Parts: sequence; C-alpha cells; structure tokens
Amino acid sequence: MRRIFSTLLITSALALGTTFSVKAADPNPKDWKAVEAEAKGQTVYFNAWGGSPNINDYIAWAGSVLKERYGVTVEHVKLDDTANAVATVVAEKTAGKDKDGRIDLIWINGENFAAMKRQELLFAPGWADKLPNWQYVDVENKPTITVDFTIPTDGLESPWGGAKMVFFHDTAREKAGKLPNSTSDLVAWAAANKGRFSYPAPPDFIGSSFLKQALTELATEPAKLLQPVNKDEFSEVTAPLFAMLDKLHPNMWRSGRAYPQNYPAMSQLLADGELDIIFAFNPSEASSAIAQNRLPNTVRSFTFSGGTLGNTHFVAVPYNARSKAGALVLANFLISPEAQVRKQNPNFWGDPTVLNVNKLNDAQKAEFAALDLGIATLKPEELGPMLPEPHPSWMVEIEKEWTRRYAAAN
Amino acid sequence: MLKSGPILAIAILLGPVLCGLLATLLPAFGYLPVLGQSDFSLEFFNQLFQQPAIFQSTLLSLTTGLGTTFIALGVVIAFVSGWYGTRSFARLQHLISPLLSVPHAAAAFGLAFLIAPSGFLMRLISPWATGSSRPPDVLILQDQMGLAMVAGLIAKEIPFLLLVTLAALPQTQANQSRYVTQTLGYGATTGFILTTWPLVYRQIRLAVFAVIAYAASVVDVAVILGPSRPSTLSVRLAQWMSDPDISLRFMASAGALLQLATVIAAIVIWMFLEKVFTRLRNRIALQGMRFSKDRVLKLASFSTLTLFVVLVFAGLFVLALWSVAGLWTFPDTLPQNLSLRNWTRTYPTILSPLSTTLITGFCATAIAIILSLACLEREARAGRKNGNNALLLIYLPLIVPQVSFVFGLQVFFLWLGLDASWVALVFVHLIFVLPYVFLSLSDPWRAWDKRYQFMAFGLGASSNRVFWKVRLPMLLKPVLVAAAVGFAVSIGQYLPTILIGAGRLPTITTEAVALASGGNRRIVGVYAFLQMVLPFLAFALAAAIPALLFKNRKGMRAAP
Repeated sequence: MRRIFSTLLITSALALGTTFSVKAADPNPKDWKAVEAEAKGQTVYFNAWGGSPNINDYIAWAGSVLKERYGVTVEHVKLDDTANAVATVVAEKTAGKDKDGRIDLIWINGENFAAMKRQELLFAPGWADKLPNWQYVDVENKPTITVDFTIPTDGLESPWGGAKMVFFHDTAREKAGKLPNSTSDLVAWAAANKGRFSYPAPPDFIGSSFLKQALTELATEPAKLLQPVNKDEFSEVTAPLFAMLDKLHPNMWRSGRAYPQNYPAMSQLLADGELDIIFAFNPSEASSAIAQNRLPNTVRSFTFSGGTLGNTHFVAVPYNARSKAGALVLANFLISPEAQVRKQNPNFWGDPTVLNVNKLNDAQKAEFAALDLGIATLKPEELGPMLPEPHPSWMVEIEKEWTRRYAAAN
Repeated sequence: MLKSGPILAIAILLGPVLCGLLATLLPAFGYLPVLGQSDFSLEFFNQLFQQPAIFQSTLLSLTTGLGTTFIALGVVIAFVSGWYGTRSFARLQHLISPLLSVPHAAAAFGLAFLIAPSGFLMRLISPWATGSSRPPDVLILQDQMGLAMVAGLIAKEIPFLLLVTLAALPQTQANQSRYVTQTLGYGATTGFILTTWPLVYRQIRLAVFAVIAYAASVVDVAVILGPSRPSTLSVRLAQWMSDPDISLRFMASAGALLQLATVIAAIVIWMFLEKVFTRLRNRIALQGMRFSKDRVLKLASFSTLTLFVVLVFAGLFVLALWSVAGLWTFPDTLPQNLSLRNWTRTYPTILSPLSTTLITGFCATAIAIILSLACLEREARAGRKNGNNALLLIYLPLIVPQVSFVFGLQVFFLWLGLDASWVALVFVHLIFVLPYVFLSLSDPWRAWDKRYQFMAFGLGASSNRVFWKVRLPMLLKPVLVAAAVGFAVSIGQYLPTILIGAGRLPTITTEAVALASGGNRRIVGVYAFLQMVLPFLAFALAAAIPALLFKNRKGMRAAP
C-alpha cells in the first residue's frame, strides 16, 4: 500500500511539474495571418450538442473544409448537455489546470454563457468582433448578437446561428382556421382540445423557452424582465404566468402528469398523433423533419402576431483552451458566407443565418436568395416581431418556482 | 505477484472511489474553494431537504430499487426451482443469456415504444379494434408509481440474476437434492427452496445487493420510463449536477450523500427481508409442508419469465425496425417506407468509437480477470475460508452510486495529468468492471471442490501446477463468463467515459446516449443494435470456447 501511494505522489508531482512549463502567448485576431499560421497543425476539440445527425454532419463538413484549407483538425465532442462542458472547465479550474484544457470551442448561449462569463471561464473579451468575417455579421438588425439573454457578449463569443420560436401543427389533424394567436389563445385552445398540447418540463431549454414566452406576453411590465430578477417583486411579476399554467395544466397531455423530455421527444409525439401543436426554436425544423421522413408533409408552421422569443446561439473559447488559434479559425469559418448559406439550407441544417445578406457580394446574395427554405417554413417576413429574452436570473427563479409548484403531482 | 494481488485490487478500487467521494463530501459540507465556498456548514443539506417533493423522490428510489430486486429475484427463484434440469430450462436459458448484454437504455427505449399509448402494441390494434386513429391520452409510461420503470429494470435484472444463479448452481448438489426431496413427496419448488436455494443464495448475495444499489440509483432507465412528477432522486441529482448554475453543485453533492444513504437503507431493509424469509422457510421445513401441487406456480414463473424475454426482444425488434424506417406515423402498424439512410449515414462515423470501445473493453476486462484470479488464488492459498474481509470493499463501486463520485474522480485525474488518456479510460472502466468480474467469478471459484486439489498435491503437483492444470481448466467456463460480463459492463459505461475521456475518447455508448438525447428512434435503433451485438459476441465466445476445448471430456460437459 505504502509503495503505491509513493508512486502516486511521484506521478502527480511530475504532472504538476509539466503544468509550469512556458506559457505560449494567446493568439491575437488582429494579426489574422499569424493566427492562421499558428493554427496550422492544431486539433480543435469542438464541444457541441450531438443529438441531431444533421448538425453532426454539418460540423463534420466544416471540419473537412478546415483540414483542407488551414490544416486544422476538428474533433466534434458530442455532448448531450452543454452544461457538461461547463462542468469540465470548472473541474479543470478546480484542479488548477489553467492551460492545455480539454475544450477548445463550446457551442453555447444563455444561462451557460452567463455562468461562464460570471466565473471568468472564457477566453479574453473582444476576440469575436475582430474576426475577419465579422464584417458580414448583422449587428445592426439583430440585437441578440451582441446581447445574449440581456448579458452583453463583449466579444467573448462569436455568433453562429439565429433562433425564433415558431409553432407547428399537422394540417391533416388540426385545421389552420382555429389556431391560437397568443398564449392566452393557446390556453383556450387546450381547453377545447384536451390532451393535445404539452411542453418539455424545465430545465429543458425548449420548455423553459415556452415559460419565458408566456411570461413576456403576460407580464404587466415586460421591461422589468430585462433587469436582473428582484426577489421582492418576483411573485407579483410572475403571478399571471403561474395563474395561466394552473389553468393550462389540467388540459394538457396526460393532464400534466408527465412531460415530453425535450424538443425531439415532443416532435416525435406530433408524428405519433399524441400532440397537435408543438413549438421549436428553429423556424425550418419542421421542413427538415419532413425532408427526413420524421414528420408527415402535412405539417405547417405558424406564429403569434404579437411576437415570439428570439435569440442567437454562439461559439466561445474556454480560458484554458489548448488550440485557441485553431478555435478562432473555426469560429471565423463558421460565420463565412459559404458556411452560413449551407447552414440555412434545410437539406443540411436549416438554421437562420446571423449575417446581413445585404453586406454580401452579388454571387453570395444570389446563393442565399436561391435557398428553398422548405414547405413548412415561414418566410423571414412572416416570422413576426421578435420578443427579447428575459435576463437569465429570471429563468433560474422561475424554474425553482415551477419545481416547487409542479414537481410533485397532486 | 500473487501477494500484491489483493492489495493492488483494493488500491485500484478504493483509492479513486474514496478520492471521488471526498471530492463529493467536501462540497456537500460547503467546501469547494474554486466556487468561492470554503466554510464548512450544513446549509446545503438544509437547502436539499427544502427541495419540493424530495422525500417523495427518495422514497421512489427506495421502493423501485427494492421492488425491482424483489420481483426479479422472485421470478428467478421460482423459475430455477421449478424448471432446473428440464429441457425448457435449457432452451430459455439460451434465450436469456444474450439479454444480459443489451444496454439498459436500449432495452428501456424498446419497451417504451412497445407499451406507449401510441406505441407498437396500440398500432397493432388501431384503428380496427380501438375504433380510433388517434392514440388515447393515458399515462402508461412515466406513471407515478414507477411501474413502467420497474418493469424495464426487471427485464434487465432477471438475466443478470439468472446468470449468477446458474454460475452458482454447479457448486451445489441440486440434482441429487431434487431426487431426494421429490422421493419424499415435496413439490419441485419447495424441495429446491428448502435444500438448494440457501447454498445458492449464499453465493449470489452480493450480486443481489448490487442489483438493489443499481435499481435504486439508475439514471438512464429512470429518465426514459420513470415518473417525472417527481422524478427519482437519481434523476434530480443528475439534473442538479449538470445545471448551468454551478452553485447547485453543493446541493447536488449533499444529494449524492442522500442517494448513498438511500441505497444503504434499501440494503438494510433487504437484510431484514432475508431474515423474514429464512424464518418462513424454516417453519415450512419444520412442519414438513410439501406443497406437492405447484403446477400453477411453475406455469406462472415460466410465463412471467417468457413475457419479459419476449418484451425485451420485441422492443429490440421494433427498434431495429425504426433504424430502417422512413415515415412511420400513428396508427400505421409498419413504416410507410424503408430506407438504409440511417445506417449509411452512421457507418463512416462509427469506426473510431467502435475501436475505442473494443480496446478499452478488452484491456479493462483482461486486467480485471488477472487481478480477480490473483486475489482468489491468494485467498485460497492463504487458506481463508470465507474470503478476505477486505475484499468486500471491492464492491464499493457497485454500491456507491456513480453520480456521487465521478465528478470528484475527474478532478483527481486532472490533478494527476492523466485525464483524457487511454490509461485513465481503461483505469476508470476497470473500477466498474473489476467488481462485476470478481462478483461473477468468486463464488464458483470458492465453491470449487478442493478434493481435486488434494488429489493433485498427492500426485506431487506444485501449487502453481494445480492452478494452471486443474483449477483454471475446470473453472474455465466461469472465467470466460466473468470476462463476458466485464466486457458488457465496460461497453455500458457512460458517465465515467464521458467525464474521464473528456469526450475525446468516444465509445459506442457515449455516442448513443448523445444521440438518444435527441430522442431520434431511428438513430437510437442503429446504435442500440451495435451496442447489443458486441457483448453478445463475447457471451457467444464464452459459451463456445469451453465447449470446443472440452468436447472430449464428459465430466466437464456435464457441468451446465
């Protein structure tokens, strides 16, 4: 036993010794040539949710382009929950591993970004807006690119795609004429169509989004939601939300005694004929599901005329990443017109672009214009107004309150 | 070498578990400086117990854990006692063994799709029998008592308990006892329970404890089949652990300790049940009750077992169908079209995870077998009868819920600079593989008839020669079965692989769970099939090798 412990001590001492080796200077995106030169030969561990084969294929494609053009190898680390990547960086910081971390790039936004920014787990501010392709980014018309769930991004994360809440229904089962046009409408619709609506239980991202949508619509002073939550006012501000839920739940799928696990499970329930109305954060999700035979081609989209939530998702570099230069090259490629037009194509992914198409050259504009967004996708002008995301602290408190009220049945 | 076997095994298992637990224990009491907390307090236990329905969740974990074990073991006892030695027994046994290798999550997914209101069974009878082209809105999955979850767990634990029972049976005199009890007029079941079962149970008791611990702390099956209002303690724990609000880690750590206490409580209750059962049995024996008419029980046990086997196989069949399905909506019994798209799309990305899975599984299993044999042989030569007490500690990783120490373990590996390396991955798999291998191997090994050894000594053989020439060949089958079990366990590891491998060493299982989080039945079908085939091959080898080697030895073949 004693011998084993001494061996352990020696190995650990050796391991600690290596961490004190010379620290290379961080890449500077202003000197882009140097960044590309440094990136050559690096391997970028891109930690991104791996639940969708489409998205996985898209990342694999981006990786093959990077390998060919810049000599950068991209390894997609497929997460089932982005919070695990946050946990990894926390664990590394706990262990004092301040360089050569295991994660080079994270697909992130909202609460996870807020948490990492607060804990100072991210690579230097201001790199994102110095990327060469930043010139095409639609900073002017998409406020969610610089403010992520009310938290300023400060160039700590680079935009990757847009999101807007839309609803789907199957025209073979539910006629377009009587579709709800607001959350209150939806409650009435659910009363008339018992058991045909549900939402994933928070803290699932899509489920939480439904609560935020309802809160934003129902709050008497929506401006308060953009500020950090004030605990004294919490119950007053959220009272309409919970009154609505109390009314909605008995008329929901399984009378609210069970919830779909997440969006894909909810979408499966639409295909199974268990649910009639579902919602997603990607406007072209229904079209790509139809293209892949996951949903019948009678599914169509609709939205609320009063507006729905919208946000942007990003990529960020942990403070202790090993291949920062490679990560920057990848982040820059992801906002190139070439990568963005492929991403918006529902045959590959169908995620709305973060670029301002008017800033592109004619050939690139034509490529975007030629995209067939799919049979069930609303045109950009049909998507309706965009409601801002509340400050992340609201969701933390709402999830707690939701759990307190509804976590146990009866 | 032999002397250091047990010490090495304990160090390998105990060290990481204790370090991991310590890294859980400290935050539970408020100590995790990197998150700005270094004052010891009971605040987080307070916070934990104020969580809504926490008592309900804990109780659910306790009852599902005990319920699963009680029913699964009951079915196994009833089946073995009624049918051991018959041809139907042998036939069912061959059907059941491959089920052991089916990953829990895959089995649960298959079952879920079978029995859901819009599931396969309902599609079979809709709309012609139900009169509706819409599925009924009834709560079958995720029911509040956790019945669907218990059913899913039972289906997976029956094969495990049956396998360890079968491994233990040859060390008893089951057949002779049966002749005697039947001549005395006892029913087959009663005769078996009175004579052979106590000898079997003594050998499989730790396996039963492992089942209790597993069923009371399982996460993936509980997510798929278990209730969600509230979820089991383990599911809520996993949610807190992965909450973006990192400060929840403290409460999650406290919860991990509550999970530990729940598992211990379940085992204590079980030990009480053991006592009740023994008294009952003794009374029956003393009063000479024969229960000679046990046809109904025999039929019931046979059909229950068959039902579970059929359920799992049907679920897997339906998943396999999903893997080639095009559009498949309710109430269509079969998909509208078939396509190989899911397979062709998966193929190019599968090779690297596949090789990682195989290499890790092989290395971890090989090391586990060598260590287990070293421990057991050392124990045998030291002449200790009931095994070194310290070896009981080997079961610690099976009883301490995974969630409660893997995070700490990750920190520990980082500190050693070994994270995301092959060494670390094999090592962390070894922590979970070794106990199962040891568990499968130790009882048949210890129960080996020592008279063979004395005879060999008498003929002038050395201890080593006895080991290599007599004991190992005679026990080759349990050794190979233990290796297959170890391999299956390694393939099933999710949490340790993802945390220690940092996602850089993906296996079939980490890929499958990541894809399963997307709920895509088609892709889940592809991976579940692959996950199932690998351990199945290992078990097939474990059965084939001794049969081939000993085909000219009648006595070796007779031992089932």
